[in-house]
Amino acid sequence: MKLLFEKSVKGRRAIQVDNSDVPTTININSDFLRKNSAELPELSELDVVRHFTALSRMNFGVDTNFYPLGSCTMKYNPKVCERIASYPGFAHLHPLLPQLRMGGMLTQGALQVLYDMDIFLREITGMAGFTLQPMAGAHGELTGIMIMAAYHRNKGNKKTTVLVPDSAHGTNPASAAIAGYKVVVVPSDDNGIMDIKALKKLINNEVAGLMLTCPNTLGLFNSHIKEICDLIHSVDGLAYYDGANLNAIVGKARPGDFGFDIVHINLHKTFATPHGGGGPGSGPVGVNEKLVDFLPVSVVVKRDDGTYALEYNRPKSIGYIAPFYGNFAIILRAYVYILMLGKEGLGKVAENAVLNANYILAKLKKHYKAASENICKHECVFSPTDEMLQNGVHALDVAKSLIDRGFHPPTVYFPTIVKEALMIEPTETESKETIDEFIDAMIEIAEIAKTEPEKIKQSPITTPVCRPDETAAAKNLDISFHI
Amino acid sequence: MVIEGLYYTEEHEWAKIEGDVATIGITDHAQELLGEITFVELPMVNKEVVQKGELGVVESSKAASDVYSPVAGKITKVNSELESAPEKINEDCYNAGWICTIKITDKSTIDNLMSSKQYEAYLKSM
Amino acid sequence: MPFISNTKEQQRDMLAEIGLTMDKLFSDIPKDLRAGEFNLPKGLTEHQVRDALAEIAGKNYINLTCFLGGGFYDHFIPAAVYAIISRSEFYTAYTPYQPELSQGTLQAIYEYQSAICRLTEMEAANASLYDGGTAIYEAVMMALRITGRNKVIIDDSVNPIYRVMIDSYTKNLSIQLEQVNCVDGQANRDEIYKKLDDDTAAVILQNPNFFGCVDDFSDIAEAAHKKGALLIVSCYPVSLGILKTPGAMGADIVTGEGQSLGMPMSFGGPYLGFMATKMKYIRKMPGRIVGQTKDKLDRRSFVLTLQAREQHIRRDKATSNICSNEALCALTALVYMSLLGKEGLKETAQLCADKASYAYHKLTAIPGVKAHFKQKWFFNEFVLDLPCEAADVIARLIEKGFAAGFPLSRYYKNMEKSILICVTEKRTKQQIGMLAESLEACL
Repeated sequence: MKLLFEKSVKGRRAIQVDNSDVPTTININSDFLRKNSAELPELSELDVVRHFTALSRMNFGVDTNFYPLGSCTMKYNPKVCERIASYPGFAHLHPLLPQLRMGGMLTQGALQVLYDMDIFLREITGMAGFTLQPMAGAHGELTGIMIMAAYHRNKGNKKTTVLVPDSAHGTNPASAAIAGYKVVVVPSDDNGIMDIKALKKLINNEVAGLMLTCPNTLGLFNSHIKEICDLIHSVDGLAYYDGANLNAIVGKARPGDFGFDIVHINLHKTFATPHGGGGPGSGPVGVNEKLVDFLPVSVVVKRDDGTYALEYNRPKSIGYIAPFYGNFAIILRAYVYILMLGKEGLGKVAENAVLNANYILAKLKKHYKAASENICKHECVFSPTDEMLQNGVHALDVAKSLIDRGFHPPTVYFPTIVKEALMIEPTETESKETIDEFIDAMIEIAEIAKTEPEKIKQSPITTPVCRPDETAAAKNLDISFHI
Repeated sequence: MVIEGLYYTEEHEWAKIEGDVATIGITDHAQELLGEITFVELPMVNKEVVQKGELGVVESSKAASDVYSPVAGKITKVNSELESAPEKINEDCYNAGWICTIKITDKSTIDNLMSSKQYEAYLKSM
Repeated sequence: MPFISNTKEQQRDMLAEIGLTMDKLFSDIPKDLRAGEFNLPKGLTEHQVRDALAEIAGKNYINLTCFLGGGFYDHFIPAAVYAIISRSEFYTAYTPYQPELSQGTLQAIYEYQSAICRLTEMEAANASLYDGGTAIYEAVMMALRITGRNKVIIDDSVNPIYRVMIDSYTKNLSIQLEQVNCVDGQANRDEIYKKLDDDTAAVILQNPNFFGCVDDFSDIAEAAHKKGALLIVSCYPVSLGILKTPGAMGADIVTGEGQSLGMPMSFGGPYLGFMATKMKYIRKMPGRIVGQTKDKLDRRSFVLTLQAREQHIRRDKATSNICSNEALCALTALVYMSLLGKEGLKETAQLCADKASYAYHKLTAIPGVKAHFKQKWFFNEFVLDLPCEAADVIARLIEKGFAAGFPLSRYYKNMEKSILICVTEKRTKQQIGMLAESLEACL
C-alpha cells in the first residue's frame, strides 16, 4: 500500500486553520526560523480517513477475533471505558492545575479517581501503598527496582546483585541492570519451577532482591512461594512480584500475602485497558509498609474534610519518575472496569481465565507436546510433536497457519526454557465456542503437519504480506521515507 | 567445523596466534547458532582489552551475541569489510570473517584457551 | 457476571472435560495463601458507572480559559483524529510481533518515524517512548553508551519537571550531572564552554526553553562536537512548524513531548515521547523501530527491526528496559500531522506565535507588569514580572475564570513575582483582552 507521503498532492488541504484575529507582529528573529516547511503530506480529510481506514483493515485486534497471545492477557476491552475516558471533564484537564495555589480543588474528581484506585489496588494485591505513575509494565519494574535500591541505601546495605529466574520476561534482567545491579540467573527445575535448592546456593549478603513472576511464564504456580520470599528476607533482600501474570490469581490470592515486598501490575493486562498496538499501558507499583516512604512523588491523600490533595513532601522518596500522575486516562479505564466487576466479579476473572487455559491444555495435550501436564493457571505452553518437527513444521509454522484460520497466534519461542514454545493464554472473556474453534484449528494443523507439511509451511496465504524478510530489514535499514 | 591449529574459547571465539599477534573471529558453531548475521560492531583500534573483555557485538535479525577477547592485548587492526558485508562471517568465519587482530601483551593468557581437540570435545559435551 | 462469556452450564461442561473441580484448579495455591473476601464495592452496571463517573468528572474545572502551558498545551484537535484512533483494529491490538497481522500498525509507525524525521530534520526516529521526560533520560543513557563518558551538562531552562526526573533515574548510576543557569532566557555559553571537557558525554538544552524563549544552538553543537560530546535537544513539536530545527542546529539526539500533536491533556497522560538521532547512532537508540522490507512475493512489508538491541533478546545487556512504545499516541500524532499537513502545521505555529506576541504587548502595557527577560524572542510562552506574588494573582484569576499561567517560584529561586503565560491558537483576541482586563483589575 502507498505511504501517506506518496499520496500527497501539492496544494491539497484537510484542516482549515483559523484566520488570525490579531495583527501579525514579528516576534522571532529570522535566524531562529526554519528555512523550509516540514515536508508533511498534503492531503484532504477524506484522503487521510481512507488511508488510515485501509491500514486498520490490515490489523488484527481483540475485537477482530481470539488473540491468545501468552503472557499478554489480551482480554476484551469494554467500550464503556473508552467512552468515560473521553468525558471532557477528564480529557480536557490540564495536569499543572493542582500545582497552582488551591489548584487541588479544581481537580477533585481526578484526584478521587487516583485515590480510590490506590485503595482498590492495595486491597486486590495485599500491599500497603501504590504509585500509579509508571507508564508501562517495564517502567513499573524500573520504578520497583529503584525503590529496592533506595531501601538498601537508606539502611546502609551494600548490595550488588538481583536474582532473576531463567524463565523470566526479558524486561526483568534489563530493568535490574539499568538500575545498576548485576543480574544472577536462577535455574528452573525439570518442571519449569524455580529450583529452590539452586536458589539457596545463590542466597548471600550481596543479594538486593529477587524478581519473580508467579505463576511463572509456563503458567505454573510455585507452591513454595512463601518459603522463597522468606529466604530472600533472611539476607534483608526484597521480593519483587512481576504482575505480568496476575490475571491467574486476581480475586483468589494476593502477592502481599505470599510475602512480596514490591508488586507491579499491568493495568493493560489484568484490568482490561487496551494495548493500543504496543502502548500506552500503565504499570502501577505497590509496596508493603516498610517501603511506603520510598514511593515516588507525588501521592494522593485524603484530608479529614473529605477532600483530596497531592502530597509532595516525601524526603525518602525515590523522586519523580513521571511528569505527573501516570497515564491518567488509562488508569481511569481500569478504575471503571474494577467498579463494574465489584467484589463479586473479581474472583470470577481468575476462575474463568484458569478454566479456559486448563480446558485448552486438556484438549490439546494429545496433539501437541505439553511443557507441563500439571494443572496450569492462566496459560499453557506446548511445542510441536517430534513428528511435526521431523516434518519440518516448527512453532512459527503453526503460528502462521493459525493466521489463515482466523486466529491470532500464541506467543512463540517464549519462554526460552521450552524449545519451540507455543504459549497460549485465552483469558476469561472468551467463550467455550471460540475456544473450541481454536482447538479444532490447532488439531487440524497438527494433522496436516503429519501428511502435508508443505501446506503448513506456506502459511499465511490470506494476509496482505507473507513472512517479510526480517534479515533484509535489519541489514538494509530503511526506517524513514525518502523520495 | 573446527580448524586445527587455532585456539578456542568457551564463548566460541577462535584465535590464530602468530608471534605476538592474535587474529580473532567467531567459530562456525557460533555463526550457525546466530543465523544470518546482519551487523557487526567492531572494536576501536588501539583499545586495550583484557582476556574475556568485550570486543564487540555480532547481531542477526533474531539474536545478538557479545564477542569476548580470547587474549589480553591491544587492538591493532579491525576487519572493516564486515561493516558492509557482515555475511562474510556466515560464509567464511575462519578467514574472510575475521573480526580483529590483537597485539598480545600478556602471553600467559593463551594458556587459558582450548586446542581444536579440546574445543571439539567441548562442543560434544554441550 | 460482566465480561465473562461462559455460562454456568458451559463452565460445568468444561470442568467435566478437564476432570477436575474449580477448587482443584486452584489447589496449587496453598490454602493459607488464599484470599478471603475482598473489601471492594458491589459491581455497577454500565448505566450506573456512567452516571457515577459523570458526577466525578463534574468535580473537575475544565471551563477556565487556559493560558497554562509549561510543556503541556491546549491545542485544537480535529474530529478526524479521534475518529481514526478509535478504530478498534488499532487500539485493541498488541505490539506488532506478527507482521502479517499488523501491517496497519507497522506502516503507521514507519510513517510516524518519517514524519518525526521531517519535522526535526533528523535522519532516524524510533517508534516513540513514554513521554518527553523519560525520553530525555533515555537520551542521556544513549549518549553515555555512545561516548563511553559519564558527565552531562544540563541547562536550567530545560523543563524542571524533566530535570527532577533525570535526577531520580540517575541516582543509582555514576553519572556526573552539571547544571548551568541560563542568562536572559538564552543558553549560558560561557558556563557551558567552561564545563565542556573530554569527560563530557552530552549537553542538554531545550528549544523553546521552559520560559518560552527561542535560541539557536548551532554554536554549542559545534563546541560540543569538538570535545567529542553530543548535543541533546528537547523540543516542542508544534513550534517546529516555524522554528529552526534541532537537525539544522547539528543536534545529535532530539527528544520531546508529543502531546501537542493531537493528544488531549488528560490530566497528565497518556502522552508521547519522541526521539530522533543521526543514522550513525541508530544501534545505540532505545525503543522499537519499524523498518521497510519485502515479503516472499516481493511485496512492500513493514517489520520491527533491530530487535537484537532489545530486552527480550539482550536481557540484562539491552540498550534500555523499555519494551513497549506509545503506539496509539504515535498514531495520534501521525494522524494530526497528516490532517494539518505541510501548510497547516506552519500556519498553526505562526498563529500561536502571533497570538502570544499580541498577548505579550497587551499585558506588558498594564502598569506594573514587566517583561522578565530583555530579549524578546519567544514562541508562544513568555515570562512576566508582576508587582506582587504571582501565585497569589493566579489564584485570584481562577475565581474570574482564567487559568492565567504558571507561577515560576514553584521551580525557580527569586522568581516569586514571575508568571509563565502560554497562548495557543485556540485563544481568541477577546479572551486575551479579558485576561488583560482581569489582571489589571486584580493587581
